[in-house]
Amino acid sequence: MSFLRKSVHLLGSVARRQQHLKVIGGAISTAARDFSSKPSDDYANFPGAKAPFVSKLNLIQPEDYAPIPIYRVMDQDGYIADESQDPQLSREVVEKMFRDMVLLNTMDKILYESQRQGRISFYMTNFGEEASHIGSAAALEMRDLIYGQYREAGVLVWRGFRIDQFIDQCYGNTDDLGRGKQMPVHYGSRELNFVTISSPLSTQMPQAVGAAYAMKLRPDNDACVVCYFGEGAASEGDAHAAFNFAATLGCPTILFCRNNGFAISTPSHEQYKGDGIAGRGPMGYGITTIRVDGTDVFAVYNAMKAAREYVLKENKPVVFEALAYRVGHHSTSDDSTAYRPAEEIEIWNSVEHPISKLKRYMVHKGWFDETVENEYVKDIRKKVLKQIAVSEKKLKPNWREMFEGVYAEMPDHLIEQRSELEKHIEAHKEHYPLKNFEK
Amino acid sequence: MNIVSAKLGNSLYNCVRSNLIWPLWTRSHFTYYPTSLGTGKRMNMFNAINNAMDLALEEDKSALLFGEDVGFGGVFRCSVNLRDKYGSQRVFNTPLCEQGIAGFAIGVANTGATAIAEIQFADYIFPSFDQIVNEAAKYRYRSGGLFDCGSLTFRVPCGAVGHGALYHSQSPEAYFAHTPGLRVVIPRGPIKAKGLILACIRDPNPCIVFEPKTLYRAAVEEVPTEYYTSQLGKADILRHGKDVTLIGWGTQVHVLLEVAETAKSKFNIDCEVIDLVSILPWDTITICASAKKTGRVIIAHEAPLTQGFGSELASYIQEKCFLHLEAPVKRVAGWDTPFPHVFEPFYMPDKHRCLSAINDIVNF
Repeated sequence: MSFLRKSVHLLGSVARRQQHLKVIGGAISTAARDFSSKPSDDYANFPGAKAPFVSKLNLIQPEDYAPIPIYRVMDQDGYIADESQDPQLSREVVEKMFRDMVLLNTMDKILYESQRQGRISFYMTNFGEEASHIGSAAALEMRDLIYGQYREAGVLVWRGFRIDQFIDQCYGNTDDLGRGKQMPVHYGSRELNFVTISSPLSTQMPQAVGAAYAMKLRPDNDACVVCYFGEGAASEGDAHAAFNFAATLGCPTILFCRNNGFAISTPSHEQYKGDGIAGRGPMGYGITTIRVDGTDVFAVYNAMKAAREYVLKENKPVVFEALAYRVGHHSTSDDSTAYRPAEEIEIWNSVEHPISKLKRYMVHKGWFDETVENEYVKDIRKKVLKQIAVSEKKLKPNWREMFEGVYAEMPDHLIEQRSELEKHIEAHKEHYPLKNFEK
Repeated sequence: MNIVSAKLGNSLYNCVRSNLIWPLWTRSHFTYYPTSLGTGKRMNMFNAINNAMDLALEEDKSALLFGEDVGFGGVFRCSVNLRDKYGSQRVFNTPLCEQGIAGFAIGVANTGATAIAEIQFADYIFPSFDQIVNEAAKYRYRSGGLFDCGSLTFRVPCGAVGHGALYHSQSPEAYFAHTPGLRVVIPRGPIKAKGLILACIRDPNPCIVFEPKTLYRAAVEEVPTEYYTSQLGKADILRHGKDVTLIGWGTQVHVLLEVAETAKSKFNIDCEVIDLVSILPWDTITICASAKKTGRVIIAHEAPLTQGFGSELASYIQEKCFLHLEAPVKRVAGWDTPFPHVFEPFYMPDKHRCLSAINDIVNF
């Protein structure tokens, strides 16, 4: 666990780095408009929009707008194209980024397998999206509040959530911070400012906006809110609510879309017809927008750094779209080769994989040591396997926990129902798995 | 007892979300029975609610008040002058989106700040149903207590108003009564409204206050001007009696009070009238004690009969008071139809239907 403890320490040092980033300008589209706007004295007086009149009928086409470009720092061979964009992270930080990605990847592989063996009930991997988790988390401060969807475990890894905490949650045992109430991968941590995950998609989005609004009003607020969601979730009404509330109410929140091309089996071209999620930001909701290569940890890092600075300075939101590819199946209940070719997956799992890219960068830097890394992976494997054995044996919380936390204090009717169950179990204990639960 | 006749003003006329022009007819199916509570300031229900929110915003600097058209004072005037007093950062309009309002409120409450969110009509609360049922109600439970949104209160105008038709008349309390984790309360007048709102704002659980909108102007009482709270989860016995227990909430309480008087004067039947006040969690002790005493129970509500909250009360009373009951528990409710426009007088569980139910249950 010593490496992880070091990670927490490092988190602060990375976040403290003061850098002047000039990335953001390059990331924004120079959208070509088919009509030219004249100075404002020519504008019409409608309250609903400020715009000039035109005397020729012109249907505005989606094609009239150039797609928002994808900001990238490092190419697929691990070379930095424009030196001015090099975040100049120390070897120590880059190694933590790499190792956290590897840790997540290794833990995912083993927990995925353990679900296949029926040891945990459910799992969702993060394959292919490790860089967007780690890159974004590294650019934030611990005090920034995170709302996630469910495929952001890397953010927790970066913040120092421990292997045992992940695995205890998946088992819902007595050490699970969530007290065994939710399905696996629904993590949460008060200490790490990571709001507990829930299954209904996008519900966290307007919540993140509300939290950002409340935080903005605190004297000397220096924390923002980051809300992660997939491109499928962005089709929900709550996403619209969040974008619009964030813009109109001036909320310092980064709306971070993980666009990985699929929502379970639904490809993104069946999800929307516009220019991705980023395309909705500037014209649609009046929100400053960034689109990045989500397989490039440095691009994500730079853009998040700039986004964080912007939202706190301006008290306004940012729409952040990280493009990647969901390399793994949607979940353990899904076989993704039923709706996409294996060869396609393979490309994203090798040359285009975020871990491979960062590894190539480290090789060029002379920071990569094959033997050390193999040892590290072996060590993580051992830790995860050992933890599974430990977590599996731990008792589940006392079954009375089921009635706790519905309300701040237990109301009479729940006390009554709990005692009804107590009597029932006392009379029929042989039919219940009592030995697996704390007394 | 000082009886204030309910006159439905044109409050709704100014605030319908559609472009329809409604006939300004005045009708009321109830006579308002004020709760007398010593001295105070004469207030109608929207004044009392305004006063409650004023006190809440003053007492708690983190408190925020928001919703559609809240800024200029609200379509029912409940938030009038509050933006001027507390600033547009604390009292503000949101975009027209109920799921957004509910989600935003949960987020505010997640940080520990106090959120007072208004949904303009109960009929429009359904877009936020997911946020309220799946999120607000389950926040504390699902996180093992790591996070909650307990500092959140929804204020929601509800109930019949004479001409509100399908989407300005609904009483959706039963939908929410099926959701563990929520508190649902309904005031019967100004004093109760102020006490319940202040109690809900302070309560560490997400709360919904359904405010019968027909009472906003019609109900006038002497409301204490200082800060006070009304006990949550507690029913009020408004009239003691030995023959029949009448249970209602919101406007219906006033129908039942009139019915009880008529039953006494015309038939010498002695009715006990109980305002349930809290729908969830509800006061089983007061209700069962009364049911055991009288042996006859009538529950009346404006919402449709099937799966209305009366069903829960009836089955609980039947289960806990079986040996004391002299007649089947009777429900007088809205019919199982959408809430109609011109047929409202025939839809309502009015005093005549309630009185007839008393006759039935006594002669069973």
